[in-house]
Amino acid sequence: MEKIYARTKGIRDDMVDGFCPGCMHSTVIKLIGEVLEEMNLFDKATCVLGIGCCGLHMEYITYDNTTAPHGRACAVATGIKRTNPDSLVFTYQGDGDFASIGLAESISAANRGENITVIFINNGIYGMTGGQMAPTTLIGMKASTAPKGRIAEEHGYPMHMCEILNQLTAPAYLVRTSCNTPANVIKTKNAIKKAFQNQIDGKGFSMVEIVTSCPTNWGLDPLDALDYIEQKMLPEFPLGVIRDK
Amino acid sequence: MAKVTVRSESCKSCGYCIKFCPKGVLAVGDKVNSKGYEYVVPVNLEACIGCCMCARMCPDAAIEVYK
Repeated sequence: MEKIYARTKGIRDDMVDGFCPGCMHSTVIKLIGEVLEEMNLFDKATCVLGIGCCGLHMEYITYDNTTAPHGRACAVATGIKRTNPDSLVFTYQGDGDFASIGLAESISAANRGENITVIFINNGIYGMTGGQMAPTTLIGMKASTAPKGRIAEEHGYPMHMCEILNQLTAPAYLVRTSCNTPANVIKTKNAIKKAFQNQIDGKGFSMVEIVTSCPTNWGLDPLDALDYIEQKMLPEFPLGVIRDK
Repeated sequence: MAKVTVRSESCKSCGYCIKFCPKGVLAVGDKVNSKGYEYVVPVNLEACIGCCMCARMCPDAAIEVYK
């Protein structure tokens, strides 16, 4: 028998990641590893990690990585890419990092059309810090800083980063995917591959927004969290290619 | 003929593989790993068709598939 699905070499063979059961950070990290392996880019890849759960895998991946000050991953990636134009530079950020604390750096990098790739994990909540409300938290969704749920009058509305960046002229590729089904996992992998290829082709700023779950801070079983994605997250954050030029 | 293997130490028993296996090959086992998770084991291996749905969904890259 031949091995038809192998653990990617992009993650360490001798290590178990530190994510909670059902956390899709590790799914996406696995997919990034698979894409880099298929594109033979391990030697060229540099991952700029955000702060939060999105930085938990710094010792779990086998390619170069660095961690940016909170929210500033796009700015750090800009510097790395401009000084090492042959490298494949991508950020890996959560919603708190990319859309809240780093909003200025994120939008500025997109507006400049920096030739970097952003992997943006949207699970609607702050993970590592303890379930606080994020810019992407749904209306009515409970968070430790919104115990009665997000109220529009008090907290505003969930931010749609793909659509916001779509107002800019420069970005090349904006896509929203999820990891809640095998089909969506495959689409996510293809989107990451396309975003990396865009960078190699010099097309400029690409972002893959991935709608994922946070079972721990949502207070749900991993399988119930899958249903929550389908029933609550995806109607608010519809999947698809927002821009491809 | 196909088969799946599950790394017992990597499995966190989230159940994604069990949910998406179309043939009911996998189930939560009765042993725990060193982290305290009741890891998933193949219980109906002869039904495996090697579709890799389980492996694609597994967040922890615990599943490998042979065909």
